[in-house]
Amino acid sequence: MAEASTELLTTADGRPLKEALAIAQSRAKRRAFLLVLPLLLFVLLTFLIPIGYMLKRSVEHDGFARSAPALVEWFEANPGFDYANPPEEAYAALVKDLTFMQTEKLTGLSGTRINYTVPGTISLFKAGARAAKDLQAPYKEALLAVDAEWARPALWRGMEAASSKFTTEFYKVGTDNKLGDNGWERGGDKDRIYLYLFFKTFLVSGIITVICLLLAFPVAHLLAVLPMSRSSLLMILVLLPFWTSLLVRTTSWIALLQEQGILNDLLVWLGVVGDDNRIAAMYNMTGTIVAMTHVLLPFMILPLYSVMRVIPPSYARAARSLGATSWTTFRRVYLPQTLPGIAAGSLLVFILAVGYYITPALVGGADGQLISNLISFHMTKSNWSLAAALAAMLLAAILLLYWLYDRLIGIDRLKLG
Amino acid sequence: MKKLLVLTTALTSLAFAANADVTVMSWGGAYGEAQTEAHVKPWAAATGNAAVMVDSDNPAPALKAMVEAGNVTVDVASVEYADAVRLCDEGVLEPIDPATVKPGADGTAAVDDFFPGAITECGVATDIWANVFAYDTTKFPEGPKTVADFFDLTKFPGKRGLRKGAKAVLELALLGDGVAPADVYATLGTPEGVDRAFAKLDTIKSEVVWWEAGAQAPQLLADGEVAMTTAYNGRIFGAAVGEGKPFQIVWDGQIYESELYVVPKGAPNKDLAMDFISYATSTEGLRAQASNISYGAPRKSSNIEPIIYKDGKTDMAPHSPTNPANMANSLLTSSDFWVDHDAELNERFQAWLSQ
Repeated sequence: MAEASTELLTTADGRPLKEALAIAQSRAKRRAFLLVLPLLLFVLLTFLIPIGYMLKRSVEHDGFARSAPALVEWFEANPGFDYANPPEEAYAALVKDLTFMQTEKLTGLSGTRINYTVPGTISLFKAGARAAKDLQAPYKEALLAVDAEWARPALWRGMEAASSKFTTEFYKVGTDNKLGDNGWERGGDKDRIYLYLFFKTFLVSGIITVICLLLAFPVAHLLAVLPMSRSSLLMILVLLPFWTSLLVRTTSWIALLQEQGILNDLLVWLGVVGDDNRIAAMYNMTGTIVAMTHVLLPFMILPLYSVMRVIPPSYARAARSLGATSWTTFRRVYLPQTLPGIAAGSLLVFILAVGYYITPALVGGADGQLISNLISFHMTKSNWSLAAALAAMLLAAILLLYWLYDRLIGIDRLKLG
Repeated sequence: MKKLLVLTTALTSLAFAANADVTVMSWGGAYGEAQTEAHVKPWAAATGNAAVMVDSDNPAPALKAMVEAGNVTVDVASVEYADAVRLCDEGVLEPIDPATVKPGADGTAAVDDFFPGAITECGVATDIWANVFAYDTTKFPEGPKTVADFFDLTKFPGKRGLRKGAKAVLELALLGDGVAPADVYATLGTPEGVDRAFAKLDTIKSEVVWWEAGAQAPQLLADGEVAMTTAYNGRIFGAAVGEGKPFQIVWDGQIYESELYVVPKGAPNKDLAMDFISYATSTEGLRAQASNISYGAPRKSSNIEPIIYKDGKTDMAPHSPTNPANMANSLLTSSDFWVDHDAELNERFQAWLSQ
């Protein structure tokens, strides 16, 4: 220690070397940081902030909380009141709030918020707010005379839950639960849809990933082993659909596969199927899988190709010369080396397939509906919170898969190109 | 007096002309084109302001997003009736002073001249469009006549095209099941009524091809994929009159609703937007739109003289949802009902689809 401090290394101009080095390094670091700053800002602005905002949306909605100050106060003071028979003070607070909503034009906002969990309440709020300023005590009888619906226990439960800005209700709705008169319960057989669609979305994406892999593997291998001149021609064939508009490709599949389409016409002309017995390959799950597989195939071929191209052919030759059969060579030598490409392609295709939206909407028919179609429905119908909750559940599922993938295969083995 | 008015309008518009650039957002396609030709271009020419049309798949969610983000770039938008009511309730739209809506060309006050409900708190109707069903005349020489025929697979065999969604489909099912138009929403408001609608749909479920985009319906019909399909009447008109396809609309059981011009809160040129709406919803403005596309003009004074299509020979009356002969058995979409039940019934609809 003592020697080190006495024989301090210095630069030519007499500064301590350590210090000079630190300054030089920090300058380089700053420059490096400045270089990636645009990307960081871009990711922050277009990715992290919107996703954070969306996640916040899924647990936050102040539409009712800020429209009904009197009720919020009353709910806070009277936790666990009798939902089946709220007292007069509760109705008095409600009428006061309805009057407030009418003057402040908040009826639609608060009604919409309650409507998310108790359907049919927007018009109830509108009619109630219009009548509120003329109502006299006792408010309970007066309001129930306007509409007896105001006595529904489910409505009072909904209002109590909505009186807080933060809520988990959207996740409850998104997992097929309904707010009934006795609290949250599992939805009836005729109404359950979201969990089923989540399951179906993952199943369909899995099927598409497997089909993509089976189709892409030989193509990528061929691309990798062909001489450059011929492989680039083949590569163009792979990339050509990649450069074509998604909608054009989807509608082309419709023209090809529909019942009066080219494929069926051809089969009928050849006499393979009868004219009244045409194959239904469009507007159902088959159509969805065919069209989505085609759209996503390049995402599997490209990572596979980039991995296969650098596998030295001498390994396989060595295996063969040591007496391995061709199957063993493939299984023990070639396949393990393509694993990073398989993993990357599968992950890419699967994640893209899970969020796919246009193709299932156009060619899916009755059973081709996936969860993204319902997310889109709620976005356009202004229930952004439910859409956000569904999207957050989808995101969580993907992150879980990603974590599993990291545990099983290792993310450092991922190779995209 | 009139001269003075024209002069002052011209002067004020000149004063604004320097930086005004009114942006109108509509649905694109034939509809957006009709509004561009009938309203945007003539208004810009008449007032000296610049005006542009931008397209959207559905302007309503776009408006909501803009207002919530506090970055409104649109001055006027064309939205569906239910959306106009809902967005108005949510405080996304500017209220429109009914006094700015011009009286009819014959001097009738606007409130009396417009069809009931066509002037709302935040919007003024531009046209009335309908969900109808249509068939290919070469497939059925003796074609379907009533809404019940749509569900009659023995008399009219073949696939059916239906829009994938609860709205207008459930109503059609009840109308097809013999429910009177006046009772449709009361029936649909009860669990038994909803069951009844789905039971009716069950009878044709195996034969249905579901469509999603408006352009798909005439395409399905043209490809022979379906024997008959529901569609927006303007799309069938476009294919039949515009492209000469042998399509016939069945007006029995039509479900109509109106489309409105609205102004989002915080529109950059609010006053000019109001002036644009006033111009576009005048007797002549609505006639001009109705001569470009087969949607009905929602004020009486626009319908006195026959409206001729832009091809110069086709009388629009038989093709318009508001033609009395076409309205014999018709249903006005209840925006109140759908504002309340859209999410709930759509969940049920999706669950039914996947069963």
